[in-house]
Amino acid sequence: MVGGSFKANHMIRIEPSKGWFSLRLNEIWDSRELLMIFVWRDLKVRYRQTVIGALWAILQPLLTMAIFTIFFGRLAGIPSDEIPYSVFTYAALVPWTFFANSIHQASNSLVNNPEMVKKIYFPRLTMPVASVFAGLVDFFLAFVLLLAMMLYYGFVPTLNALWLPFFVVLSVTTALGVSFWLSALNVQFRDVRYMIPFIVQIWLFATPVAYPSSLLSDPWRTIYGINPMVGVVEGFRWSLLGVDTAPAPVIFVSYGVALVLLIGGAIYFRRMERNFADVI
Amino acid sequence: MNDVAIRVKNLGKRYYIGGKRKNSIRLGDKVVDVALTPFRRIKKLIKGDPAGASDLDREFWALNNVSFDIKHGEIIGIIGHNGAGKSTLLKILSRITEPTTGYADVYGRIGSLLEVGTGFHPELTGRENVYLNGSILGMRRTEINRKFDEIVDFAEIEQFIDTPVKHYSSGMYVRLAFSVAAHLEPEILLIDEVLAVGDVDFQKKSLGKMENVSHEGRTVVFVSHNMNALQRLCPQSILFRHGQLISQDKTRRVIEQYLSAMSSETSGPNSIIDLTNQKRDGTGDVMFQSLSYKGNDESLAYYPYTNGPLEVSITLFSKSACSVSSIAIVILDRYGTKLVNADSLTHGNNISLRKGITTLTFQMEQLHLNPGLYTIGLWVANPPIEVYDYIASAAMFEVTETESQKIRVQEDGLVPVKFQVLGIS
Repeated sequence: MVGGSFKANHMIRIEPSKGWFSLRLNEIWDSRELLMIFVWRDLKVRYRQTVIGALWAILQPLLTMAIFTIFFGRLAGIPSDEIPYSVFTYAALVPWTFFANSIHQASNSLVNNPEMVKKIYFPRLTMPVASVFAGLVDFFLAFVLLLAMMLYYGFVPTLNALWLPFFVVLSVTTALGVSFWLSALNVQFRDVRYMIPFIVQIWLFATPVAYPSSLLSDPWRTIYGINPMVGVVEGFRWSLLGVDTAPAPVIFVSYGVALVLLIGGAIYFRRMERNFADVI
Repeated sequence: MNDVAIRVKNLGKRYYIGGKRKNSIRLGDKVVDVALTPFRRIKKLIKGDPAGASDLDREFWALNNVSFDIKHGEIIGIIGHNGAGKSTLLKILSRITEPTTGYADVYGRIGSLLEVGTGFHPELTGRENVYLNGSILGMRRTEINRKFDEIVDFAEIEQFIDTPVKHYSSGMYVRLAFSVAAHLEPEILLIDEVLAVGDVDFQKKSLGKMENVSHEGRTVVFVSHNMNALQRLCPQSILFRHGQLISQDKTRRVIEQYLSAMSSETSGPNSIIDLTNQKRDGTGDVMFQSLSYKGNDESLAYYPYTNGPLEVSITLFSKSACSVSSIAIVILDRYGTKLVNADSLTHGNNISLRKGITTLTFQMEQLHLNPGLYTIGLWVANPPIEVYDYIASAAMFEVTETESQKIRVQEDGLVPVKFQVLGIS
């Protein structure tokens, strides 16, 4: 397939790029094989030389759940929408851990491979995208434990659970959007690398992981959805645990913001991309 | 039908260098800069200056208004000093970085090889890295499957293919990396100085592989400092200097042009040639300061001549008193082939250097060199541990000929020899 199929009529013009909105999405599609290779590499490498390997994917949210349950659930007595605190917080920690790890990995995906950026051409977007996709595997492992906990506490999934993929997609969209911004910024401003732990920490407290969003009353609660992770967490609890909070408006707001983040991030990334090799 | 593979038109690439750059790396600076920029612009507008690009500091054109065509199936060499714009050109053609001005039209699938082993992951096995690296370089999975055995075969690492590459020797590592890259089959291949990997045997093999590539009718753009390789591989070459295209011609002519530009910097015999600003490698604990050379014939203005002696005096600066085992004077021809290596190591005696300046003189009895231009390289080291200083090209000198040598056959041998013809009786 090499050689013949491309011949001389296949021409590309290399010139200074103009305009804001050329996302060249066809290029991403063309390099889907490379994307899968990057995902595979991330998965292969992630738990090399660890003793318990992929168990970390489950332990991370599980240990956080234990801490939250002891300090927030027991000692501080934070309400949990009338369901056991541990399931309540774990259902939020599963998508949250995915989100936090994704932006952590993806933001550094370019600056950790400067040689590749400087020496080889490939669509740069594949790197942060691959980091986020690789995180999905951890997400599913942690999710299996969530199902086990639901069984243990006697939660039977209802038809609402069919909406779950909708919220998974929302969390992936948010993670991608934030990752595009941060990874592109990180190339130019290494400050980002040091800011990420704080961003994640503040974002965690700004998201109803340890507490219910029902603490807020209505106009404020919908506005709260500006943080797209609010929509994700609310959606998970509503669809799986049957928390009776009817979060539809929140989720719509979250989806809107997440899409803006994603599209804006992709445009910003594409715009900065042309200088990556010169500044990294 | 269009037979052009690459058409470059008015291509330019600008970088900003020096203190204040527009793209400051610290966010704080950037914020201040961004906050102040509107005021600066307004001030300029009031003063009547054009606002915008003019408030940038020093600009530097790595590539400046370059135009040329390369035809399908051509093997083109790119020659020039460091910083002449060769690598920038390859980076633009392989779309790693964008040009500032002009454009390049590329007809066909392009593959670039600016460094071997980019993207190799130490934790992955050889097999896994072949797939990873191959994909990064633009091969399809099916293509890698098809060529896998060939790649491993070429790299000569069959029994280690399932070992993580972090356990590889550096030789094995580069062999595998080169091998993956060498099996890339784009219609247009851009290569930057990657033949210098592995041991001598492997280099020969690589060069052979490259020669095969060139017979397959593919277009190759090849950047190298190795004049031998360029001559072997590329019928045509392009010469760059300070970001500008100087000439595009037969490789032999381009090399001569390149070298004669260098030799305008030659100094005659008996003059002191300052080496302090030469491009060099090494620890710098001992450094060559200056050099002078001469023959022994006053009537030839002390120019060295064929079959005559050569005396090279060098001064070295040492940070501390020490003893070194290897000080060498190397003589290279205009194509970079090492002809002479006068290394003190062959005598087996260490040379003591005092702290500060030491002067040494090398006397060579007979130069078996044809008339022409040659390069002197210098080297001081305690092999195999430390290389203190190595100047690949310290000075150029001319070998001349005596009156009696003026009658010469049309085609000189590579090396002159003193000989007699004895009659048979």
